[in-house]
Amino acid sequence: MTLTIATSLDDILAGLAQGARPIAGGTDLVVGSRQGKGSLPDTLIAIDRVAELNTIDVGADATRIGSGVTHARLMTDTTVVEQFTSIADASALVGSPATRNVGTLGGNVMNGSPAMDTGAPLVVLGAKAELASTSGTRTIGLDELWTGPGQTSANEDELCVALVIPNRPTASGSAYVRLEYRRAMEIAIVGAAASVEFDGDAIGAVNVALTAVAPTILEVTGLNGIVGSALDDATLAQVAEIASEQAAPISDLRASDKYRRHTIGVMARRAVDAAARRAAGEQIAVPVNRALGVGAVQ
Amino acid sequence: MSTPSNRTLNAVELQVNGVAYPVAIETSRNLSGVLRDEVGLTGTKEGCDDCECGACMVLLDGQPINSCSYLAVQAQGREITTIEGLADGDDLHPLQRNILAMGGVQCGFCTPGMLMSATALLERNPTPTEDEIKIGLSGNLCRCTGYAKILDSVAATAVEIS
Ligand SMILES: Cc1cc2nc3c(=O)[nH]c(=O)nc-3n(C[C@H](O)[C@H](O)[C@H](O)COP(=O)(O)OP(=O)(O)OC[C@H]3O[C@@H](n4cnc5c(N)ncnc54)[C@H](O)[C@@H]3O)c2cc1C
Ligand code: FES
Ligand code: FES
Repeated sequence: MTLTIATSLDDILAGLAQGARPIAGGTDLVVGSRQGKGSLPDTLIAIDRVAELNTIDVGADATRIGSGVTHARLMTDTTVVEQFTSIADASALVGSPATRNVGTLGGNVMNGSPAMDTGAPLVVLGAKAELASTSGTRTIGLDELWTGPGQTSANEDELCVALVIPNRPTASGSAYVRLEYRRAMEIAIVGAAASVEFDGDAIGAVNVALTAVAPTILEVTGLNGIVGSALDDATLAQVAEIASEQAAPISDLRASDKYRRHTIGVMARRAVDAAARRAAGEQIAVPVNRALGVGAVQ
Repeated sequence: MSTPSNRTLNAVELQVNGVAYPVAIETSRNLSGVLRDEVGLTGTKEGCDDCECGACMVLLDGQPINSCSYLAVQAQGREITTIEGLADGDDLHPLQRNILAMGGVQCGFCTPGMLMSATALLERNPTPTEDEIKIGLSGNLCRCTGYAKILDSVAATAVEIS
């Protein structure tokens, strides 16, 4: 077994072309191997020191967040906190300070767990993944990227270079809420992200995506009915009902399918509520779970 | 299954507490094991060995990591700080002094990891609230003290140094 520390993007792509697997923070890869989920790949290339992967670039239409940006940075970076707040909400909940220091956005996305916390926020924000190999670069939607639990459609030699997120319209906000049994070192029981845009006093656009209730992150459909409505209790109740209906959860050690189906509705409603309040200009600190005392048992 | 190539040794230099240690290690070795068995610094503990307990916490370029689940070869070229790096000769670090004085150590197994997390926290935020201390130490489990005295000693240190 070998590990090479890459110093440039070209180094990484050349390594992947020869069969090496990338390692960023190793908080999924190395931990998984220690828990016996799989053995470490024979050839590793460490991608955590490549500057091109560690940038957050605000462009005219979209913002590129490098795949190597850590959760610790995502939860405090001004652009992310102000514009793409739901990602900051999610990153602030990941593991412990140690997990967040080395764990990356790219690792979270490419590990492909249905319980990944940044996934639902990225979906409601309309993010796309930029994948690169020695043969070129392509940008694909996340629905195309995630194909099943722990599975992506990326080719073995492709690196996720960045997540590209359209810049936000005015009067919009986003939030991520997760149900957890403890306040740290936890994996989502279920989670929900929402993005809300106001058109005057009415909802102009709304997107909701769900964590840990399907083989991949699930984007909720059929919310058009509430566009044009005011954001009141009846509207939020409708969101909860639709989310619970569309969830396809499993039962495992952590929760039963029935409990997940019920609580995902509650999380979806809270996420929409928090996103809407942010869209209306209210400052709700990151993460929503702590600021509003929702999600975890306090 | 380990093939002969799995046992290839890498000549690596690890920078620990300001001292360069040349070691010859397999790629799959975790940092905590290398610190304890090759470098010879046994202050860093291994509790769970899979990122649950925080006994293995060390600082990498000043930030906490779970060294049980970090490949030692990936730490090349970075500054590693272990519990042995906290005291200045015989003078204990204020965190060490306070946790001892305030009864925050019982069996002591979690203590090195706790103090490494606390060191990074106070470096980042010299005036943490109680909640910020709890979040800063949230990756460290203690099975003895019930945490209160540990939290108190970190709060007391913050007051002392700020
Ligand atoms: C104690 C603990 C708590 C955790 N809590 C949470 C949590 O609350 N929420 C959560 O979502 N996750 C959690 N995780 C999982 C993990 O920390 C995150 O998924 C993290 O973002 C993974 O990033 P990494 O850089 O460490 O990935 P790595 O382990 O380095 O990589 C993960 C996988 O992705 C591949 N990969 C990495 N980067 C790229 C890239 N740029 N392009 C292509 N492939 C790539 C690797 O080859 C590997 O297969 C936790 C983990 C631990 C150990
Ligand atoms: S030994 Fe590393 S977290 Fe428990
Ligand atoms: S003092 Fe024994 S585990 Fe903390």
